[in-house]
Amino acid sequence: MIPAAFDYHRPADLAGAVRLLAEHGDEALVVAGGHSLIPMMKLRMAQPGHLVDLRAIESLRGVRVEGGTVTIGAMTTQAEVIASGPLVDACPILREAALQIADPQIRNLGTVGGNAANGDPGNDLPAVMLALDARYTLEGAGGRREVAAREYYEGAFATAREDGEILTAIRFEAPPAGHGCAYEKQKRKVGDYATAAAAVILARSGGTCTHASIALTNLADRPLLAAEAGAALAGTAAGEAEIAAACAAAQAIAEPVSDGRGSAAFRTRLTGVIVRRAIERALATAA
Amino acid sequence: MTHMHVNLKVNGREVEVRAEPRTLLIHLLREHLDLTGPHIGCDTGHCGACTVDLDGRSVKSCMVFAAQVQGAEVTTIEGIAGDGGAPHPLQEAFREHHGLQCGYCTPGMIVRAWRLLEENPDPDEEAIRYGISGNLCRCTGYQNIVKAIRAAADEMNAARETEQ
Repeated sequence: MIPAAFDYHRPADLAGAVRLLAEHGDEALVVAGGHSLIPMMKLRMAQPGHLVDLRAIESLRGVRVEGGTVTIGAMTTQAEVIASGPLVDACPILREAALQIADPQIRNLGTVGGNAANGDPGNDLPAVMLALDARYTLEGAGGRREVAAREYYEGAFATAREDGEILTAIRFEAPPAGHGCAYEKQKRKVGDYATAAAAVILARSGGTCTHASIALTNLADRPLLAAEAGAALAGTAAGEAEIAAACAAAQAIAEPVSDGRGSAAFRTRLTGVIVRRAIERALATAA
Repeated sequence: MTHMHVNLKVNGREVEVRAEPRTLLIHLLREHLDLTGPHIGCDTGHCGACTVDLDGRSVKSCMVFAAQVQGAEVTTIEGIAGDGGAPHPLQEAFREHHGLQCGYCTPGMIVRAWRLLEENPDPDEEAIRYGISGNLCRCTGYQNIVKAIRAAADEMNAARETEQ
C-alpha cells in the first residue's frame, strides 16, 4: 500500500512547525510516531500534501515531575513512559496503560501526544487522562491555550484541537502518595484495541475511600468519564454495595457499537465486569 | 517534492538513496538497497516481519517513511552475523532449536530478539514472550522460538563471562 505523495518537513522547533501549519492550512498534517496517521495514509483515508514531522523538536520530548505536577512532552514515546522512573513512581497507572498499547515496536515510536491528541476512541491513554483530570497544552499561530482532557474529546476523531494547533504537552497533578490505581483492558489479542477498558484512580484514608475517578476506553465514540461511578465510591467504605453501584453507573453510560469485538450488549455487560476488576485492584493497591 | 536524497547508515555502511519521501523504509531497504531479509507481511504494522533496528530501537519498517530516516542508523538481519559471515548465536540457536519452519517471520523475529537481548540479556520466558509480542509466527506456535532465544541468551552470556 503506497500513500499519496507529499512534501516532507522536519522543523527544528515548535515555531517552525506552527508556521508550516499556518502556511499550508488543511493541506498539512502533523506526524508524531506515525502509527495512527501512516496506516490512514496507506489506505488513502488521509492524503496530506504536506507532512510536518515533529521528531526533531527537542522541546516536545521528556517527562518532568516537579512538586507533584507531572508534565509530559507530547513527543515522549510510550516506551519512554514505561521506562521513566520518576513518572512511574508518581503515577503508575500510566505505565500500566502504556504497556497495554499495541506491542514493543509500536511503543518505541508511538507517542503520548499522538495517542491523546487524535481522538481515536480506541486509544488507551485518553481515558487515563480523563481519570487524572489532565490538561492539554495546544499551541498554534494564535498562541497557546490549555484545554482540560475532560473537555477535549467531542466524538470519533473530533476534538477541541483546531486545525493549525499542535498538542505540545500534557500536565496533571500526580495523585496523592499511597493512592490506588488500575487500568483493566480486555482485548482479543496483543495489539488490539479494547473490547472494553477502564481506568480507576482512588485514594483511601482510614476505612474511607476519599476520592475515586473512573473513565472508560472504547465504549463510545469518545473516552468517557464515569463521574457517577466515581461518586458512588467517594466518601464511602467502598464495600460490596458501593462497588456494585459504581459498576452499574459506569455500565449505564457505555454506548459501545457492535463490531468484531462483540455485540453492543456483550460489551455493555463487559463494562460492569471490567470496572469491577479495576476498582478491586485499585483498592488492593491503595495504601 | 518528487524525490529527495536520503543519507543513512545501514548495517554499518553509509548509503545515499534517492527516493520519494513517501517511500516506506521497508521498500527503501528491499528495493533500493537489495536488502531482502526484512519481509513484507501484513503491511499494516501488525505482523512484525519487517522489523528492523532503527537508532537502537526495534521498529516496523512498513510504518516509517524514507524521509524520516534521514541521518538514522538501521540494522537489518543482514547486519546481525559476525565477522566473516559466521552466524550470530541467535541464528545458530534458531537453527538448532527449530525456531523456524517456513522462515517468513524469522528475519524480523531475530532482529527483534537481538535488540531484546541487548535490553535484557537474561530474560525469563515471560519476558521473551512479551518482548516478541509484536512478531507473529503462524508455523511454530512460538515454543521453539522462545527456546531458541533463551538458548542464545545463555550462549551469549557464557561467551561474555569467558571474555572477562
